[in-house]
Amino acid sequence: MSVLPETDQTISSPPTQAIRHRRRLSPNKVWSLVTLTPSIILLAVFVYYFIFWTGYVSFSNWNSFIQNMSWNGFNNYIAVFQSFRFQSDLRNMVFFTVGYMVGCLVLGMLLALLIDQKIKGEGILRSVFLYPMAISAAATGVIWNWILNPTTGLNLILKALGVHHLPQWYLSTAIVPNFNIGYIQGGLPLALVAVLIASLWQWTGFAMALYLAGLRAIPEEIKEAARIDGAGAFRTFWSVILPHLRPITTTAVVMLMAASLKVFDLIYAMTGPGSNFVTDLPALNMFDTTFQGNEFAQGAAIATVLLILVLIFIIPYLIYTIRREAA
Amino acid sequence: MTTRLVVHAHRTHASRLVMQILNYFVLGVLGAVFLIPVYLLVVTSLKSNSAVSLTTMWSLPNSFGLSGLSQAWQQVAPDMLNSVYLAVSATIVSAGIGSLNGYALSKWTFRGSNVIYFFILLGMFIPYQITLIPLLRVLDAIHLFNTIPGLALVHIVYGIPIMTLIFRNFFAEIPTDLVEAAQIDGTGYWGVYRHIILPLSIPGFVVAGIWEFTQVWNDFLFGVTVTEPPHQPVTVAIVNIAGSQHIQWNVLMSSTLIASLPTLIIYLILGRYFVRGLLAGSVKG
Repeated sequence: MSVLPETDQTISSPPTQAIRHRRRLSPNKVWSLVTLTPSIILLAVFVYYFIFWTGYVSFSNWNSFIQNMSWNGFNNYIAVFQSFRFQSDLRNMVFFTVGYMVGCLVLGMLLALLIDQKIKGEGILRSVFLYPMAISAAATGVIWNWILNPTTGLNLILKALGVHHLPQWYLSTAIVPNFNIGYIQGGLPLALVAVLIASLWQWTGFAMALYLAGLRAIPEEIKEAARIDGAGAFRTFWSVILPHLRPITTTAVVMLMAASLKVFDLIYAMTGPGSNFVTDLPALNMFDTTFQGNEFAQGAAIATVLLILVLIFIIPYLIYTIRREAA
Repeated sequence: MTTRLVVHAHRTHASRLVMQILNYFVLGVLGAVFLIPVYLLVVTSLKSNSAVSLTTMWSLPNSFGLSGLSQAWQQVAPDMLNSVYLAVSATIVSAGIGSLNGYALSKWTFRGSNVIYFFILLGMFIPYQITLIPLLRVLDAIHLFNTIPGLALVHIVYGIPIMTLIFRNFFAEIPTDLVEAAQIDGTGYWGVYRHIILPLSIPGFVVAGIWEFTQVWNDFLFGVTVTEPPHQPVTVAIVNIAGSQHIQWNVLMSSTLIASLPTLIIYLILGRYFVRGLLAGSVKG
């Protein structure tokens, strides 16, 4: 039996590492593959075959209720990219993604640093900043639709404080600065700010939890030095703490990027596409185009563009993470 | 370096106190802001129909009334039941599959198992819009369109990646020596799983279960695509109520509160495990 040399080999390796047998195909490895097979088949169908299927639809003429899979080349993509709605989506996506990522990272980091000061009530504070992650984006949308409704909600308080020009929040049609680009108005649609507030409320805790975990992994002496106030604190943070947190930041950026590209429930429940599509995003556009407009091929084209955008960030990140772990 | 620290130490005593007060102040203010939605939800839910007025939405109810909550419950109770069926069944099956996958991928790696792992994981990052058109066709073909079992199937399949990830990383921390020893005793693949891995994996199941339950409960996209009333989950129900013509705010806020309570309660009781699931979802081990 070849049991002995194998155990010798594994004892010398770290205990957390998986057993690596020299033998080609032990019965256990066959079992391992058998165990994975149902999942492999399910995901092969529901993920990879479906991607292929949707990709195929995006090149077809299926733009009415009746399925028509005849070849239409890139015409659906051309139509989508030339449409006022999708161009608006791209503009909104850029502003939303940047605002969302910067907001979550900065606010999350701030909260993590403030909480990581050996303070009392740490557990409660962490819970308060993280509980929105346990609530559905649909409920979040319903609530913030009410809070940021221009005629009620927050504006009642602003009015009581004597603010004259009350913000129109998600009903605002203003775009600043306003310049023509393609068929659309370039600039930040102010209505998006309302959506950003709601999504920051929901997701900041995620960044905070990531950074807190990162801060906890930094040696205590280094943090002690940073805790000391004065000119030293900022310097220590900038040149010691922040570099330690770089891997966390990378993770957070990739996760938040993927999340922001996929935002759907919140917009659907809170604002809808908005007038002139000021709060529209590709995920909602795809849904409307496909299931309200019955333009399946164009919807498929939007979904394909969205997938490519997400994969650009996710694939390198996954490969990097799995490789680093295996090493 | 050391001298600078000593010099600082003199100044720190008083100013550290100031910093601490400032710290609490900032956290307190931000915490209050974060709690605004819950305040409004609870306060509005407890107002009677007559006491609900938009101009007084911020004030405490001057006359308590459960009419909003009871009306809301009547409206969403069937949808709540749908969500319970859905989330419980999908969570159990998904977590079961995930634990088997995690065992295979952590303890019995073979040539190419990392490639398989990669393709399993990728399934949790795709924007699900890419699957919707084929999904409707397939569910229709197997007569599961617009049914809770159909929606459960969807959640089971798309839950496999994250469940596999959580269990794989959890099992990686179980010492391989244990598995080795059992193997020398003649225990096979399934014996090791049953007698060694499974008894140690209860915390893993708690983390995975809480995460999957929350995800399925909170889903909206699949629910709104795959089901129609009365087979809809509660997230879809509250958005429909919000979109209806004559909204009674206390009823709407009560429905939203009721729909959010299960995951909120789980979070309040088992928050530690929820956070572990959250961090596990960020891939890094």
